[in-house]
Amino acid sequence: MTAVLAPGSTQSHRKQALGVRFAGLGRSFGPSTNRRTVLRHVTVDVEPGEILAILGTSGCGKSTLLRAAAGLDIPDTGQVLIDGTPVTGIDERCAVAFQEPRLLPWHTLQANVAIGLPKSSSASAGKAKVLELLKLVGLDTFAKHRPREVSGGMAQRTSLARALARNPGVLLLDEPFGALDALTRIRMQDLLLDIHRAQPTTVLLVTHDVDEALQLADRILVLGRGDARGDTHGDGRRPEGSTVAELLPVPGDRPRDRNSADLGALRSTLLSMLGVTGH
Amino acid sequence: MSADHATPVSAQGLQAIGAPVSGVEPQKDAGRSRTARRTGVILLGLIVPALILLAWHLSTASGFFRPSQLPSPASVLAAAVDLAQRGQLAPHILISTQRVVLGFVIGSLLGVLAGALLGLSRLADVLLTPTVGALRAVPSLAWVPLLVLWIGINEDSKVTLISIGAFFPVFTTLYLGLRHVDRNLVEAARAFGLGGLRLLTTVQLPAVVPALFSGLRLALAQSWLFLVAAELIASSMGLGFLLTDSQQTGRVDRILLAIILLAVIGKTTDALLGIAERWAVRRWA
Repeated sequence: MTAVLAPGSTQSHRKQALGVRFAGLGRSFGPSTNRRTVLRHVTVDVEPGEILAILGTSGCGKSTLLRAAAGLDIPDTGQVLIDGTPVTGIDERCAVAFQEPRLLPWHTLQANVAIGLPKSSSASAGKAKVLELLKLVGLDTFAKHRPREVSGGMAQRTSLARALARNPGVLLLDEPFGALDALTRIRMQDLLLDIHRAQPTTVLLVTHDVDEALQLADRILVLGRGDARGDTHGDGRRPEGSTVAELLPVPGDRPRDRNSADLGALRSTLLSMLGVTGH
Repeated sequence: MSADHATPVSAQGLQAIGAPVSGVEPQKDAGRSRTARRTGVILLGLIVPALILLAWHLSTASGFFRPSQLPSPASVLAAAVDLAQRGQLAPHILISTQRVVLGFVIGSLLGVLAGALLGLSRLADVLLTPTVGALRAVPSLAWVPLLVLWIGINEDSKVTLISIGAFFPVFTTLYLGLRHVDRNLVEAARAFGLGGLRLLTTVQLPAVVPALFSGLRLALAQSWLFLVAAELIASSMGLGFLLTDSQQTGRVDRILLAIILLAVIGKTTDALLGIAERWAVRRWA
């Protein structure tokens, strides 16, 4: 499975994993009379090749952060730097996989994956790359099928393959396994780790699943009101919008034992930061 | 647009994941039973017309209606044969069909162009939508005096009127379809660097093909409607002319013949377009 992604086996202009820096990112939505701040002062450095999980309660701005990195959304303040240069629009260096597969229903899986190819790739090299990726995600026999003829998990794998077709320096995953059943989700997580081992790109993974973050991430970024464990502002009020509440390294090499004591303690910490206690 | 969507995993797909799929024999059976079902559906659809025909025949044969009120089916058929033998039936049908086809094609093409322009360009939308909306609000027959004065009583004015009728359904469905293309799909495509013409041909146009076909079917129905309007007002040939002419000569049998011909030809052209629509929906939806 990993052989197909060995260095140099595919396109010549393979990009290295790129570092990502969120520098003082702020974003609010709504009309000027009723502006709602979603993100404020988010400053994080993501190492090249790192898997960073972004956790937070729903509506806390996880996806907004990811969309800013992809260039799909423009922050009000601050900026995102990829490999030192700011993101100004849809960014060639990034590839996104969304929560829904978002495949074109009138195209085959193969044609859908080909959408992800960089503009510069030649037709024959592109086709070979697409077939390789379909094989990687275990869908080579379904290349000519339409999205509606395959299961949700298969569609999501196609979406992942489409993102990988871009040879991304940064892979942005917006709850990509959120809508899948528990077993399929575990298989997809393993697949993601396989892919990351073979092609160590930087991965930003938005998730609401604490266990998923613990399994996959090098570090976990928790978005929250600023200090989830107590009030540090003295006046009992916290400013609106989410910021970096915590940035925690996850101990142990992958694959990790889901039942280890270290992870258990971290899980409890994370859950309580997200407002769930007693687990 | 709904039933065809639910196509489950295909036989090929099942084979690929190792599920047992039976060979050619059952597939042929499936094909035969589908044909049988289709034939059944068509036959069931013919029951009501047959009953109407029977009731019509009985009510005239029993003397319930006088022939001057309601001629019998047989005499309508005789009127058809009579007209055909004089060599008048085919020209009436052909000229009407020709007007509809020309008007439909011209109006639909203009509708596609205008719908695409206003559906895709924010500026054109803001600039032109109020005007187009106002033009649509004009009852289409209000154009007739103007068309007659400007173009005259000839083929062009009739085809123009039919084009106006065909334009609006196509324009409206395409315009709304383009406005409502799944934002998620467009965003995903944009995230992969598609924009401009490539975004249009890869995502937006394919997404509106089913809507476009429903617009075309509406436009075809409108075209027949406007044909009769145009021919009733001023013409010397065609099915609409057959209607007015027969009214003046009191030939109820020919009036019924014209109505039946309009029903049959209209239904036939709609069915042909329906076949194209089913293919397009299977291909693009």
